[in-house]
Amino acid sequence: MTTLIETIAGVRAASRLGQALNARAEILRLSEAAHDAVLLPREPGSLSHGLRAALAARMCRHVGDEALTAHYESYLAHASDLDLAALARPGGVCGDSLHDAMARHADLLTLSPREATRQDIAALKAAGVSEADIVRLSELAAFVNYQLRVLAGLRLLKEVEAR
Amino acid sequence: MSEVVHNFTATIPTWSPYVTPVELASATSEQLAAMKVTPSNKGVSPYVLTLAHDPESLAVRSPLFNLIMYGKDGLSPAERELGALSASVVNRCIYCAAVHASRFISYSGRNDVVEEIFADERDATLEARQQALFNFATKLSTTPIEATAEDARALGEAGLSELEQLDLVLSAAIFGWANRLMHTLGEPLARSEAP
Repeated sequence: MTTLIETIAGVRAASRLGQALNARAEILRLSEAAHDAVLLPREPGSLSHGLRAALAARMCRHVGDEALTAHYESYLAHASDLDLAALARPGGVCGDSLHDAMARHADLLTLSPREATRQDIAALKAAGVSEADIVRLSELAAFVNYQLRVLAGLRLLKEVEAR
Repeated sequence: MSEVVHNFTATIPTWSPYVTPVELASATSEQLAAMKVTPSNKGVSPYVLTLAHDPESLAVRSPLFNLIMYGKDGLSPAERELGALSASVVNRCIYCAAVHASRFISYSGRNDVVEEIFADERDATLEARQQALFNFATKLSTTPIEATAEDARALGEAGLSELEQLDLVLSAAIFGWANRLMHTLGEPLARSEAP
């Protein structure tokens, strides 16, 4: 099975980097399983699959990864709640205070996680986000930032090998 | 009452969550499985109990983390720790930086490298190979991502194989994940004096 990271990175299997990826096949497989666990969980709490896809696309846009943005946009296209589409763009709001608070937190965790404090978690609680949903949101933002960096790193290594 | 730790240190603090951790006594079977709680292993940290609010993620992240940081061959254990430390400095995760600085020192014996990184952070001056690793891993950890092909090329010039370079990407990236949990869901507290 080819994983999402491999599909987007497009590394030739016969290249040295391709062989290195093959040696790390289990890590790629677990990365794919992590993607499924945060984007399409069986128990989503109040973060619907559509909301998760919108926030993921928003974070990918912050980092400027067009291919990964397109992947999450394709998930969002299947979501029934059209208001969520506004959240897929940086600065976008949907008018639902719960969802807008979550989008602000996803921005913080993507752009400047080092600035995060106890007050940011307090703000989520004040907006009505449950403690379990705070952890779910954090895992989503943290995973997407992991995936963005694996892809960015692979693109750079691929570019250097191709020279 | 323990004090919050604000400065980088290789002395490992404790970690105190901002959200109420799951209680072991009332955890579901899925949460217990994700936390790897078995009759012979009942010691679960506040961090894992906090992440147990999302057992589906936790169940996958733990083996992924272990494979990236402790898997066989490829990048040396010390240099994987350096990748982890680089991300933790950028994201200012005091707890993660302490744990992985401490592991880097036990693998390499190089307190001086950690002291230099903690003193000058992203401006740290290191030996050539460590500098190449540190520069690439820190620049991969910023938003926007600052790492360039020149930074990647420096890894090969410093003698890293493709597999070692890939392992560095993975160790920095998995800390882009870990830092965003540990630094944002709780805070590091100084350990109280031993009784």
